[in-house]
Amino acid sequence: MSQQAKSGLDAIDEGPVPSDAAGPTAAGAPADPAGHPSVAALIARFGTAIIHHEVSAGDQHVVHVDPTRNLEILGWLRDDPAQRYDLLADVTAVDFGGGRPLQVVYQLWSIPHRRGLRVKCLLALDALEVDSVVGLWNSANWLEREVYDLFGVTFRGHPDLRRILMPMDYAEGHPLRKDFPLRGRFSRAEQTRRALAQDLDKFYTPHDIKIGREPQQVTLPAAPAPKGTGAES
Amino acid sequence: MAQKTVEFTVGRNPEMGVDGLPTPSPLEPFDLPEPTLAGEHMLVNFGPQHPATHGVLRLVCELDGETVVDVTPHIGYLHSGFEKLGEHRTWNQIVPLTDRMDYLAPLIYNCAYVMSVEKLAGIEVTERCKVVRVILMELDRIFGHLLWLGTTAIDVGAYTPFLYTFHDRERIYKLHERYTGARITTSATRVGGMMADLPEGWIEELNHFLDTFPATLAECHRLLTGNGILIGRTQGIGAISAEDAVNCGFTGPNLRASGVAYDVRKDNPYYDYDTYDFEVPVGEHGDCYDRYLVRMEEMEQSIRILRQAIKRLPGGPINVQDPHISLPSKTDTMSDMESMIHHFKLITEGIKVAPGDCYFPVEASKGELGMYVVSDGGSKPVRWRVRPPSFVNVSVLPRLTRGHLVADLIMINASLDIVLGEIDR
Repeated sequence: MSQQAKSGLDAIDEGPVPSDAAGPTAAGAPADPAGHPSVAALIARFGTAIIHHEVSAGDQHVVHVDPTRNLEILGWLRDDPAQRYDLLADVTAVDFGGGRPLQVVYQLWSIPHRRGLRVKCLLALDALEVDSVVGLWNSANWLEREVYDLFGVTFRGHPDLRRILMPMDYAEGHPLRKDFPLRGRFSRAEQTRRALAQDLDKFYTPHDIKIGREPQQVTLPAAPAPKGTGAES
Repeated sequence: MAQKTVEFTVGRNPEMGVDGLPTPSPLEPFDLPEPTLAGEHMLVNFGPQHPATHGVLRLVCELDGETVVDVTPHIGYLHSGFEKLGEHRTWNQIVPLTDRMDYLAPLIYNCAYVMSVEKLAGIEVTERCKVVRVILMELDRIFGHLLWLGTTAIDVGAYTPFLYTFHDRERIYKLHERYTGARITTSATRVGGMMADLPEGWIEELNHFLDTFPATLAECHRLLTGNGILIGRTQGIGAISAEDAVNCGFTGPNLRASGVAYDVRKDNPYYDYDTYDFEVPVGEHGDCYDRYLVRMEEMEQSIRILRQAIKRLPGGPINVQDPHISLPSKTDTMSDMESMIHHFKLITEGIKVAPGDCYFPVEASKGELGMYVVSDGGSKPVRWRVRPPSFVNVSVLPRLTRGHLVADLIMINASLDIVLGEIDR
């Protein structure tokens, strides 16, 4: 930890302290691929696209793959009969700070084979783009939107890449990045001003606005005067 | 635009009146010609402040008459930035953030978080601690399912089960309070153990609850399971196939209702769940009714697990005996200088966790709850990520509701058992 790092409420205008770890890949030494059947098969099939393999927390296997081939590799992991990772449990990202690449993390679980695998793609901060896996797993839809919202990673081919947790017109950036201050980038006064001046259109998707805005042009015929009981007496 | 006039012939025909006299239409004061609206969609906004959305969920519905064409869920109204806050806190200071996510089953969240950190740090908790955590997690599974049962019954118009389930939830609240001092924000766990051992007599109270609770459950079964209204409102509504359910990321009771017997307690067991004798209930149609049945049966199974856990609860310490992890007792801290220094060092510096990352899934009441922690060896996490089951479950809502009626939308949303605290975090 750096000495000038403030703690507690004093640190409210700062982001979290960047990690001291040498680099995201330095967490674990390369592990024996034979320890996990999928890892050995991945290396045999994709060769150099499998950049790194390590074991974390005792028995959790992590593979780092080439971010330009993530769709191909994850698709194979889902469909190959010996792998069958049919449940994409989670998509998230990790920022170590200090200008190091951002990790996009996929947690896979195979219900038939009862085993898990963690797949990571390292993305340089000036090229935060990776192919969307919504075509493979529908569960990635909102999970990728969340990563886009909180980390600013663009998922190519995502059908509906909008902010999800933060307001749609949020202008302060991506909150879970290490350089983002805990309290936000704008002053409290500016934040209040923006909150009060919110545009209602921003609460709807463009598709919704199209439905809501096109007047239905329903012309109700003039109602005849009520006959019978109530109105006359 | 073409105008369609609805003609009311009932009672208009002179021959149908009494003594050949024409009778006025019963609808006469209101029998306006109906405008044609077919094919024109209407936008209706539900929430975020609406009791039937079970939280601050906002649904923008595109309707064709009363049929749902599409739904866009909007979330984030309860976003508190817990994951960001966690990066500013030491490992143990995060525990109070976890129970504020799923406030309907807080102890499961407390336990899941520290279990993940312990796995990353390589800490093996004591046998007593393991069994106590199993007891707390199963108790809160009942706790969460009871709230779901009561509120869902209200959504189909049955008020009585709500009173029964909330009466019994209150008894679990009392158990929470008796152990942790809080009813909802329990914060009961610490890395390496619990904040305290179970108080005297707590197990007896739990036993009393277990003896009397099945009667309540049986009463709810009698009121609901064969109830024609509930069956009519839930069978065949919001159905999803097994394959789609897995692909959409469904977990927990929602997935099992579709016929996939995936339960983290069985498939990736932790805390010796594989040695407990219990069944995983599985549905076959994947509709709202099967989701209801699966949860009802899960409560029975939780009672079974609780009884076995109470029977095998061992004695001994509840916290690991490692001065780098566990605090000294309060009495020692106040009377002994060495313990005072020990306490001070641990509180101010926090415990250190080995570098690496760990994804630890547990079976929460809503589905697979995954705690992903990343450490660089320091006293604060680099990243603390929660894989909230409700977040993924509610993202499937548009797919489930298309083509159903607006009233079914409420039922389908209720049957997913969401909690917005963990969706928004």
